[in-house]
Amino acid sequence: MAKTYTSMATPDDAQNMRFITATAMGLLSCHQCGKLWQDAAQGQRCAHCNATLHSRKPDSINRTWALLITACIMYIPANMLPVMVTSTFFESHQDTIMSGIIFFWVSGEWGLAAVVFIASFLVPLLKLSSLFILLISAQQKSTWRQLERAKLYRMIELIGRWSMLDVFVVSLLVGLVQMQGFAQITAGIGIVAFGAVVVFTMLASISFDPRLIWDNEQVTVDAERLAVFDNTMDGIAESQKGTQ
Amino acid sequence: MREISQLIACEHCDAVFKKLTLANGEIARCLRCGNELDRNAQERHRHLLPLTIASLIIFVIANSFPIVEMELQGLHSQTTLIGAVVSLATEGISMVALLVMATTILFPFMQMLILFYLLVPSKNPDERPGFSLLIRMMQTLRPWGMIEVFLLGVLVALIKLSNMATIIPGIALWAFCMLTIMLTVVVSFNPRYLWQLEESGQ
Ligand SMILES: [Zn+2]
Ligand SMILES: [Zn+2]
Repeated sequence: MAKTYTSMATPDDAQNMRFITATAMGLLSCHQCGKLWQDAAQGQRCAHCNATLHSRKPDSINRTWALLITACIMYIPANMLPVMVTSTFFESHQDTIMSGIIFFWVSGEWGLAAVVFIASFLVPLLKLSSLFILLISAQQKSTWRQLERAKLYRMIELIGRWSMLDVFVVSLLVGLVQMQGFAQITAGIGIVAFGAVVVFTMLASISFDPRLIWDNEQVTVDAERLAVFDNTMDGIAESQKGTQ
Repeated sequence: MREISQLIACEHCDAVFKKLTLANGEIARCLRCGNELDRNAQERHRHLLPLTIASLIIFVIANSFPIVEMELQGLHSQTTLIGAVVSLATEGISMVALLVMATTILFPFMQMLILFYLLVPSKNPDERPGFSLLIRMMQTLRPWGMIEVFLLGVLVALIKLSNMATIIPGIALWAFCMLTIMLTVVVSFNPRYLWQLEESGQ
């Protein structure tokens, strides 16, 4: 694994080095094909793939707030209302997300209880709170734990989809247990709210621009330096190479 | 507007780096935030088309047969994935029915079809209609195909039911297992690298 870097601005130390950004250099990168353009205007089309160029996702903070707040509102009915109704010949029984988890726990299926608890309870909660932290710190242009925040963003992008688990469990049970009058499972209205929480948190994390985490150092490149870079590429960091 | 081809910017933090020449399978990572910058996808690309075709076939099998059969005191019941979606829709929970259909049937199917179309070699790759639009679609669909989550959902539902009824796994269950494994390779392929492959004359 080769690891070489030099940075344009003088590094204080290897950990705390300052990186030169595309924005500081007046470059726009294409989010679709990855090409870098000089002298391109915001909203112009990429000459290679025709995607619209933006230095940051447009209106990222406001959109993410709107989606996050919607998700938070849906979170309440998602956890209060029944997601599943089981009717047998004798009785009818309603399940919320939490009572489903408790049912597994009481019946001795601890592994399963843990899986459903993580996917249906922990992941949505973690995602909502992480997005709050990311948004507030980005709005304040905070330099607090930037690397950890970047990792947090990548993590919620990765795990967010798994909270769809309960939606699939309920769908399958509804499709399978349809023995009229004998045993029947129907979906409760809570599952609609729960699905909405998953969709809105996913949309929120998609609309958040992770570059906002780093947008606080006002490094600008003066013309003299840019000329040097144009000729020799001196002082631009090399990235890290590896096989996974 | 001028292309700066010697440099690459990190998608996640905007830091600029010199572009490195990568050997097969090598990945360049951002020093500032650790995000993947660039990857040499040539090697992987070779297996991608056969894998996509195989995934499409297994996808059809997974959706044509019952996932599971249940027996409860002499009564039998079985369902396919589409059957479950229809049950939800007839109950009036059409929002959830749509969500399930989109994430487990429609989006994965579209992803595989688009990838198939983009990967099949053609005589004149420059004149392939819709190339850019289709890559954009693949990128948008990427987070929304959830076959692997669905498979975990099936397992949870089965364990739940096994307490009260006899459960017989159907052909589609095994097909979904295989599909999940194959799709982790096919769908984890970042469509951005298709541009790279196109340039190198694929
Ligand atoms: Zn482009
Ligand atoms: Zn980065």
